[in-house]
Amino acid sequence: MASSSLLRRAISSAPSSSLLRPMSARLFSSDETVLSIETSVPYTGHKIEPPSRIVETSPKELLSFFRDMALMRRMEIAADSLYKAKLIRGFCHLYDGQEAVAVGMEAAITKADGIITAYRDHCLFLGRGGTLVEAFAELMGRKAGCSNGKGGSMHFYKKDARFYGGHGIVGAQVPLGCGVAFAQKYNKEGAVTFALYGDGAANQGQLFEALNISALWDLPAILVCENNHYGMGTAEWRAAKSPSYYKRGDYVPGLKVDGMDALAVKQACKFAKEHALANGPIILEMDTYRYHGHSMSDPGSTYRTRDEISGIRQERDPLERIRKLILAHDITPASELKDIEKEIRKHVDDAIAQAKECPMPDESELFTNVYVKGYGVESFGPDRKEIRATLP
Amino acid sequence: MSSLQMAALLSAPSSPVVAGSLRFVASSSTGRNGNALVVRSEVKIPTGLCARGVNLITHAVAEKTAAANTTDSKPGHELLLFEALREGLDEEMERDPTVCVMGEDVGHYGGSYKVTKGLATKYGDLRVLDTPIAENSFTGMGIGAAMTGLRPVVEGMNMGFLLLAYNQISNNCGMLHYTSGGQFKIPIVIRGPGGVGRQLGAEHSQRLESYLQSIPGLQMVACSTPYNAKGLMKAAIRSENPVVLFEHVLLYNLKERIPDEEYVLSLEEAEMVRPGEHVTILTYSRMRYHVMQAAKTLVNKGYDPEVIDIRSLKPFDLYTIGNSIKKTHRVLIVEECMRTGGIGASLRSAIIDNFWDYLDAPIICLSSQDVPTPYAGTLEDWTVVQPAQIVAAVEQICK
Repeated sequence: MASSSLLRRAISSAPSSSLLRPMSARLFSSDETVLSIETSVPYTGHKIEPPSRIVETSPKELLSFFRDMALMRRMEIAADSLYKAKLIRGFCHLYDGQEAVAVGMEAAITKADGIITAYRDHCLFLGRGGTLVEAFAELMGRKAGCSNGKGGSMHFYKKDARFYGGHGIVGAQVPLGCGVAFAQKYNKEGAVTFALYGDGAANQGQLFEALNISALWDLPAILVCENNHYGMGTAEWRAAKSPSYYKRGDYVPGLKVDGMDALAVKQACKFAKEHALANGPIILEMDTYRYHGHSMSDPGSTYRTRDEISGIRQERDPLERIRKLILAHDITPASELKDIEKEIRKHVDDAIAQAKECPMPDESELFTNVYVKGYGVESFGPDRKEIRATLP
Repeated sequence: MSSLQMAALLSAPSSPVVAGSLRFVASSSTGRNGNALVVRSEVKIPTGLCARGVNLITHAVAEKTAAANTTDSKPGHELLLFEALREGLDEEMERDPTVCVMGEDVGHYGGSYKVTKGLATKYGDLRVLDTPIAENSFTGMGIGAAMTGLRPVVEGMNMGFLLLAYNQISNNCGMLHYTSGGQFKIPIVIRGPGGVGRQLGAEHSQRLESYLQSIPGLQMVACSTPYNAKGLMKAAIRSENPVVLFEHVLLYNLKERIPDEEYVLSLEEAEMVRPGEHVTILTYSRMRYHVMQAAKTLVNKGYDPEVIDIRSLKPFDLYTIGNSIKKTHRVLIVEECMRTGGIGASLRSAIIDNFWDYLDAPIICLSSQDVPTPYAGTLEDWTVVQPAQIVAAVEQICK
């Protein structure tokens, strides 16, 4: 049931989108010419008039989408290999297949806007300006990681880019995100916060509590449900009585977006930002898909068929969609795109090599950052002494 | 030194100092250093209970040169504990525009215990926020706002309700500074009344300090007098770390005279309530009053207990406690937590770890029974520690 409806949607995403302006052959890749592209799937609105299906973009932007998504894809696949080589331990939740959400969102907003998400955070961290070395070092628990090796896969943060992480407990990041939105309103910043969560987290009570408060106080909070249709092993129809997550806000307007189309995501996020600044919270449901299982310990094939996965990969892959757009508009030849991918692959391999060289955190790091330093004490337990354990 | 300078001293990170000298940053006896730092001696003896008949200085205050001439003969002003909390909160909100209050009925209603009365009209709806009944999410929102630099004061109408927000307090509040590698600080204050009241029933008589004490990254303090309530409130708001301020339902109407000048207490310091020689009694919050009541009986029986209100539940002020144990060699802990996994249990093991050689008798820990608090008045009295039990325990220790 679920798989066939996904495939039905997939077939309509034919690459021959309608062009509203005739293009001459072979444009320069840095060209700022405006391209108007129609998204393959229309938006569905709940208590709101959806934005136009026509998205304005440029060759430069399409190429940057391609580059960013290829980088994210490559990083996640490299993380997969590193995990199997036991260099990454514990939990590792991969984002490949969902890159369009990260990239489209970044294209619509600025670094003054905040993003907070759950544990599938590697690509969003990259999108916010994080470097590959920081990401791989954190995954491998090295000191050079973005959280000094103390957070791990589920705790990537980047304060200067307003990326608030990186949270392991399902749904707990949404009240945090609404709190960030509250602070933005309090400080009159004119910015918004995107609080991302999954279809599994959409059934958490604290979401509705936070949504209620955000709607009451008119907070510039945008709740984004990255609906990849499976909450770990449970399909959405088995977990939610109403899987129309964009409607679950009831009095809060919602928009359903094709999450595999970076341009559609960009348009929706831009629309949502304008709405949130004027009218308060809005929900976006991104219809997306993850190729890997929930995490590295989940093969991802016990609750869905391999046909479904490969079907989506063939029909709706976000990277392929952008590649086809670039080729259809003659922005660059296919060989150059392949070169870009090779370059990215090398870039990722170099970053991994560099991260592998990084040292593990020092013993003393165990006790730093438990408390903010004040009165010169690093950390203390229930007895006032500094705890110093000699580790074997 | 003006109070502003003192405040600056308190909030500025100092160079690494030895644990011993730390107690003199915020409060110490005068004369320790030549500077006229506004200091408070923590010696506080209720009038009439002076075991050796010696006139002790109860408030060591560095007087301003132009002493304020009040119409009363005594300095300072008298108020109730909830008013002291409000004064502290009001002063901090005035001083720092990033301080805001979130909680149920804190705004228009004025707070269920009147701690925030009048603040909403003074500061407006954006700084004193009435939340719906959604502890998990408004605590989470407070933490999210703190991540950006605001300083929210989150009120749980009763501490027990904050159990709904336990995930946010433990995983986000306590751990974000660590898991982000120091990027985010959470300067939040979580406060509310807890403890066993007058027949409020099991669910409204919870002592959350025992549940929250394990959370790394949190600081916990318990106030017991109007004086320390105001000082701890201010210190908690100014602290860069998340602080949980435990108030007690039955102590809100305590009246005391507090100084007019601005003062901020140290979060990690214990209070010497009554110096003595025979036994160290460690207590906090409401049990302090049961202990002081027992102390009257003990003095009549010829004992000289030293009573310390530990105030700081995490971390413990082992400096004050240790010095006292060195002197008396006997310890009694009186707490309102349950026996299992309470503050007393942690304190006892900390004392054994650090001061074993100084002990002459086993440490006795008097705590509440491991039962849900019953409604019936007599049963409720039997759940918590009563002065008679304290007297019996001291007699046993001092045998």
